[in-house]
Amino acid sequence: MREQLEQIKAKAMQALQEAKESSELEALRVSLLGKKGELTGVLKMMGKLSAEERPVMGQLANNVRAAIEARLEQRKAELAAAALEAKLKAEALDVTVPGEAPALGHKHPMYIALDEVKEIAIGMGFQILEGPEVELADYNFTKLNTEEGHPARDWSDTFYIKEDSSVLLRTQTSPMQIRAMEAIGHPPIRILAPGRVYRKDEVDATHSPMFHQIEGLVIDKGITMADLKGTLETFVKGLYGEDSVVRFRPHHFPFTEPSCELDVQCFKCKGAGCPTCKGEGWIELLGAGMVHPKVLEGCGIDPNVYSGFAFGIGLERMAMRRFQISDLRLIFENDVRFLRQF
Amino acid sequence: MNISRNWLKEFVDIEASDREYAEIMTVAGQKVETTTRLDGVIKNVKVGKVLSIVRHPNSDHMWICQIDVGEAEPVQIVTGAQNVRQGDLVPAALHNSWLAGGVHITKGKLRGEVSNGMLCSIQELGLTHNDFPEACEDGIWILNDEGCAVGQDINEVIGNDDSIVEFEITNNRPDCYSLIGLARETAAAFNVPLKLHEPAVKGGGPGELIELLDVETPDPDLCLRYTARMVRNVKIGPSPKWMRQRLRAAGIRPINNIVDITNYVMVEYGQPMHAFDYRYVKGGKIIVRRAGADAELTTLDGNVRKLTPDMLVIADETRPVGLAGVMGGENSEIAADTADVVFESANFDGTSIRKTALALGMRTEASAKFEKNIDPMLTLPAVNRACELVELLGAGEVLDGVIDVINYVPEPFALPLEPERINALLGTGIPEADMIEYLRREQVPVVDGMIQVPSWRPDLRRMADIAEEVARFYGYNEIPTTLMRGATTRGGYSPAQKLENKAGAAARALGCSEIITYSFVSPSGLDMIRAPKDDPRRNQIKLLNPLGEDSSVMRTTGLPSMLDILARNWAYHNKAARLYELAKIYLPTAGSELPEEPKLLMLGCYGPGESFYVLKGMVEGILSQLNVLPSRFEAVTDDPSYHPGRCAALYVGGKRIGVLGQIHPLAARNYGMDCEVYCAELNFTELLTVLAPEKTFRALPRFPATTRDLAVVCREEIPVGALEETITKAAGKLLKEIRLFDVYRGAGILPGTKSAAFSLVFRAEDRTLADTDVEPAMDKVLKALEAEHGAVRR
Repeated sequence: MREQLEQIKAKAMQALQEAKESSELEALRVSLLGKKGELTGVLKMMGKLSAEERPVMGQLANNVRAAIEARLEQRKAELAAAALEAKLKAEALDVTVPGEAPALGHKHPMYIALDEVKEIAIGMGFQILEGPEVELADYNFTKLNTEEGHPARDWSDTFYIKEDSSVLLRTQTSPMQIRAMEAIGHPPIRILAPGRVYRKDEVDATHSPMFHQIEGLVIDKGITMADLKGTLETFVKGLYGEDSVVRFRPHHFPFTEPSCELDVQCFKCKGAGCPTCKGEGWIELLGAGMVHPKVLEGCGIDPNVYSGFAFGIGLERMAMRRFQISDLRLIFENDVRFLRQF
Repeated sequence: MNISRNWLKEFVDIEASDREYAEIMTVAGQKVETTTRLDGVIKNVKVGKVLSIVRHPNSDHMWICQIDVGEAEPVQIVTGAQNVRQGDLVPAALHNSWLAGGVHITKGKLRGEVSNGMLCSIQELGLTHNDFPEACEDGIWILNDEGCAVGQDINEVIGNDDSIVEFEITNNRPDCYSLIGLARETAAAFNVPLKLHEPAVKGGGPGELIELLDVETPDPDLCLRYTARMVRNVKIGPSPKWMRQRLRAAGIRPINNIVDITNYVMVEYGQPMHAFDYRYVKGGKIIVRRAGADAELTTLDGNVRKLTPDMLVIADETRPVGLAGVMGGENSEIAADTADVVFESANFDGTSIRKTALALGMRTEASAKFEKNIDPMLTLPAVNRACELVELLGAGEVLDGVIDVINYVPEPFALPLEPERINALLGTGIPEADMIEYLRREQVPVVDGMIQVPSWRPDLRRMADIAEEVARFYGYNEIPTTLMRGATTRGGYSPAQKLENKAGAAARALGCSEIITYSFVSPSGLDMIRAPKDDPRRNQIKLLNPLGEDSSVMRTTGLPSMLDILARNWAYHNKAARLYELAKIYLPTAGSELPEEPKLLMLGCYGPGESFYVLKGMVEGILSQLNVLPSRFEAVTDDPSYHPGRCAALYVGGKRIGVLGQIHPLAARNYGMDCEVYCAELNFTELLTVLAPEKTFRALPRFPATTRDLAVVCREEIPVGALEETITKAAGKLLKEIRLFDVYRGAGILPGTKSAAFSLVFRAEDRTLADTDVEPAMDKVLKALEAEHGAVRR
């Protein structure tokens, strides 16, 4: 019987070693350890043994069984690991094949640039405001200290809706200054008003009869030109980086006094002069100034109590510079090959 | 405004490179646009002396010259000109030289003879006969009388050793459209003295001015001031070289001494002037009046100008002789035999001049200056300066006296200097004494605390104006940078703007890219989308002065704009496009001067895989992101822009919000597209009125759901939506979800019918459902389907 057991064990170990599939292992388990299995068959003969031999043989049989079971489990694990490895190998992909995510749409580059400005403004407590594009000449000009007879009011420059020149397509977002003061009523006022504006320019690489401006207005007690400079510098650093260098220079707008324009040092040549900045070393970014006392008075705000500043940014030029877009016409052409780039 | 730095030196002494000058002037408020060196074009051309000149052996018209250009050896140059003699001084373009128009000269052989350059005419040096009247018209420029030396750079002879500075002058500073004005700014910016000169006229010419000339100004609103003097026994001829040089540097072509004087004074003082030939001023009378019945005038440039009654003209007793402030008339032009001259130095209403110039399409130097409303006090010094120059040039005899009709002169104006308020506005602590000093530099005196504003500075009226002057010379960049104090404000987006941002994000997540289209469109766009003749959208706001028909009305629908862009992409052979735009339409509103400007959300697409259901899915996706009230779609068969069988109206919370579908093939064809095109137009502003209450958490289900699939057969024309509605109603509240998963037509069911398969999910909040819960609901559903639609289980 001992030999028989030894023989079963040796044979089983051999078979287990040779098994290549988990199904073979299962068949071996049944043939060795199952109810009709070889080992079970041997154990059934235990009864015929002497009382002395029985425990010894029992012990031996159990050892053999345990050894086979252990080996069986081990082989199972080995085969599973091998099978997994083979499966993973078979499943290997060419990771350089393009991804299959559903195509996302793209925001228009102009509005990507606009969002950057809005975000900075909101962080400084600005409210985003919108208003009419078909506008009263009163708001677009008169209340902005631009009298009758001013060249900007010419029919060659401005689109008119009414014969008496009283209704027009707004030529600037500045009427939003008036509308903000009228709507909000009393300071403090901090608004940013982006939107479409219209001027009678033929379409070319740098002109379009419709374009966008971003108007900013702050009115409160004790607002100074130093605050204007600080606020605009914050904008510029937010848009062009902390190390950007700005320059303020005097300018003229009918509805601000003092007025200024802000230049940012050319980021290509660092002020040395290059084609990007037309040799000047500076790039004109925006116009601004302290709100003209006449404008405040016209909106019922006492310039002896309150002061404020306003600024206007041309969005197209800003976006074109931001994304190095060479031709304004691309912006309104809306070719998907253009839109997909942003 | 272009000025010559050499000419500027007459008024102000500064030491600064062109770059420094531009930088300092710009930050002080006079922006320099460009600076151009006049000697940047012509290079390596020298004054040469003709040592010898012999016939070319192989040519009967060329000459071989030995030219001394101040170098060790003479240079051999072959010329075809016939006016060169031994001993002449000539401009010699040497090997590797540059002439006007970018012409490059190198050495070569002319019919076998070496030529190391070229002798030049004035044209080749970028000049005209007006610049150097004594120069030979069609030969080499002989320099014998130009006072130059052998070897000298020709740029010095021409007067090209100069820089022209181009300033951008702002509207509020008409005084800076003059050399003196910019000299004043220069003196202030550099803090150096300004050298002004008071014109002095000797006079004494024959005759009495008031007997010879009379001026009437019947339209004083347009003619603020008219100042005139007379010069007799004029000798018309070229003006001296220094004057011609300065005019040329200022970009003005020299004509003759009298005309050159008027232009010279215009550059210096910024006061446009005109010279009339006295013999053509009939009756010795100048009348400045509206044109009235006079229909036309031939101007100096030979063009016949159609006048309108309101245009201001200069007339004699019988006819107009000039277009006031724009251009003189041909009929009183200074000619070679002019003997007596009237100098006009006047001030006209800027707006009237601008409108006249604009209407006639002839913006001149003079009109450009007048339209800025120049200082009426300039007319007298300017006319005196002109007469002084006449005497200086010996060009005629100036009569004593001045005719000066003054209809308007500005009142002297003064305002207090308020240092505290100025510092409060600027955020600075500038001492009062410094402010007074800055103003003094600008020739603005402060006397006893009152700022005495000069006549040329009508822009200085209030404290803020003075603050700007102070800031300019204190330095804008010296003002500190601070952040706003005071009450904080809550910034951010309005609820509507937040929703717009959400809609855009949803559209992009669904694969749509954003477009920007023009607000003004062609009225024919409505025909292109097959809108009926009586479509209310044809009531559009019209631009009275559009750029063209294509952009002449404000859009009342976004569909043509979207189709334009889709069609353009199609024409560019882009295989597919999915686009969106969130923008306004403009609807005329009765009783209001301004239109309503609601916002639209437009979607548009074409390409493989696009279908009505894909589009509808996108719309549903956006609606779900926006959290609106329950929506429903209804078939629309009569919108001519859309396919009659593939179009739906969208209702949200019972309101019609928009329409979506496949564009009618005939409309698509109007845009040159022969593919399936899908568009949706949603009234975004209206959508804001049908928002659902804010979302709150609902407990996750604790008990499992029971799912039943149900396929029913019904007539083809019964919409799936109707079946769904019946099922939902009949199944009761245990039904939590219904989803269509298949629609089948074909083998196994009758023609004209379809099978619709739904998946129904039942669930209770308090228990696991048993068959006995679900079966009665399913029975009710089947009965209702049969009763309402004749639909039976398949």
